[in-house]
Amino acid sequence: MDPALLLGQIFNGFSVGSLYLLAALGLALSFGLMRVINMAHGEMLMLGGYLAWGTLQVVSGPWGIIVALPVAFIGAAIFGAILHTALIARLSARPLDTLLATWGVSLVLQQAARSLFGAIGVEVTAPAWLDGAVAIGGASLPYARLFILGVAALVLGGLALLLARSRIGLLVRAVNQDRMMAAATGIDVNRIDLIVFSLGTGIAGLAGVVLALLGPVTPTVGQSYIVPAFLVVVMGGLGSITGTVAAALILGLVVALSQLAVDVSLAQVILLVFVILFIQVRPQGVVASRSRSLDA
Amino acid sequence: MRDLRRPFGIAALLLVVAATAPLLLSAYDLNLLARFLALALLALGLVLTWGHGGILSLGQGVFFGLGGYALAMHMKLAGLAPGEVPEFMMLSGVESLPWWWAPFAHPAVAIIAIVAVPALVAALFARAVFARGVSGTYFSLITQALALAFATLLVSQQDLTGGFNGLTDFSGVMGLDLNDPGAGRWLYWLTLACLAAGWALVTLLLASRFGTMLRAVRDGENRVRYLGHDAAAYKVVAFAVAGGLAGVAGALFTLHAGVISPALVGVVPSIEMVIWVAIGGRLSLAGAILGTVAVNFARDKVSSAFPELWPYALGALFILVVTLLPGGLAGLRKRA
Repeated sequence: MDPALLLGQIFNGFSVGSLYLLAALGLALSFGLMRVINMAHGEMLMLGGYLAWGTLQVVSGPWGIIVALPVAFIGAAIFGAILHTALIARLSARPLDTLLATWGVSLVLQQAARSLFGAIGVEVTAPAWLDGAVAIGGASLPYARLFILGVAALVLGGLALLLARSRIGLLVRAVNQDRMMAAATGIDVNRIDLIVFSLGTGIAGLAGVVLALLGPVTPTVGQSYIVPAFLVVVMGGLGSITGTVAAALILGLVVALSQLAVDVSLAQVILLVFVILFIQVRPQGVVASRSRSLDA
Repeated sequence: MRDLRRPFGIAALLLVVAATAPLLLSAYDLNLLARFLALALLALGLVLTWGHGGILSLGQGVFFGLGGYALAMHMKLAGLAPGEVPEFMMLSGVESLPWWWAPFAHPAVAIIAIVAVPALVAALFARAVFARGVSGTYFSLITQALALAFATLLVSQQDLTGGFNGLTDFSGVMGLDLNDPGAGRWLYWLTLACLAAGWALVTLLLASRFGTMLRAVRDGENRVRYLGHDAAAYKVVAFAVAGGLAGVAGALFTLHAGVISPALVGVVPSIEMVIWVAIGGRLSLAGAILGTVAVNFARDKVSSAFPELWPYALGALFILVVTLLPGGLAGLRKRA
């Protein structure tokens, strides 16, 4: 096999994997804490994309996209806070029902985007400084994709720092380990849920900005990344950031490398088969949390 | 086993009433009703797995599609001489019939495949996932990935599956001319008979020891395991039965609609199937049938008059039913 092609696909795998990671981090955080999955999470990516487009209408110039990142983060985080307060907090004891109710939210948001911006979507032009590519060993690595890797690394670093070093991170870890004990020591667990949930949707908003650099922002733009992101959560292991990172990168590489042999649609099938085989070997996910509780 | 004389009596009465529909409805409305009753057969499977088994499948469209495609493949092959291939294959340059198409030329194979293929796929899939104790939300997410993979695969293998347009243009099936105006009535009665049989099957299953065990697994899987039972096996059987029912539903739907395509089996239609049952009541077979027919009639009316509004209405239905009415319409009756 052509080594440059292989190198290029491995790089693509990391790039796709970092998108999966940005899409899945919020899901994994909330799932670890509350055992619920937000099916409207893909629409947080979409929201981030439209916010990036809107920001670039106002702030033109080469650094518009940098301004768009915090705008999308805050916008999606606020939406997440509303969604959590209005719906998810009320359903927290019924995880499967939460899937269905948030799917309803997803339908409404997609149709709202269609009504407001049209079904074709809007284009975000990447700034000139993201055009071009570095050539390494015959493979060309586009700056836009390096930018995605950079954003994912920054988010991950920031999140790790927040969880490991801050007071709020300490509280999040406490609730993650034992919800009842944390509540008994006086931690407001519902507030922690809310903070983690909006942090997660904010990260999805960031993912939406980087997605906008790769293609048009459409009402269904989130859907193409959300199913792999769900699989990342399944594979990652409960409440583990390390597991989520590993799962996202593994699945990104599986998709990219299988595209060396088969077309995109078969790569989807291979992705699913890979996850099903993986859980035969490690049903508890890449990283298992040690716990004595029976129904984790 | 519970006393089933009353439910069976009521069902028989309703069946007689429903059998008179061809005398009252226009051919168009009868076709719609028949389609929706076919879908209701799938909904019965969801009551079994989701309501009583606690297994939420977001990929039921896959099994619906397998049944639908099995019959559609047969109808595509029915009028062909040996060695010929369906027209869509000729257009994309496929000259000899793929090996996995060939058996469907035989009507008996096709009829068995409508039930057996989806039931078998469902059983193997469920066994693979449940075997290692993966369940709940994880299972739902994996079924959604299954629906996505299935639909993408169908679209991409255009020359073998008809691609995005699916399989359509059927002339007849097993001696019945689908263009004959009387055919609609026969198909309606066939659908009604299948629905009645499906209802009886699920009712008996739920009333049997199997039904009790399934509910026990739903409410306390680990306790069931500690009592020495293979908890996963109950879920696998329930999921396979639901898969078989979905397959028959898909085949009947294909007859009424005259088409089966990826747009009917992917992620979005699969999750919509759940809302039919959620509205009617996830624990009630009658509620599921009613919910399926009602939501689909509403969809037909609303989406033809105000196509923009339907996604809002459907989204609102998901949110409101789940938050305010978790027992569905059937739950209302019990509360009253």
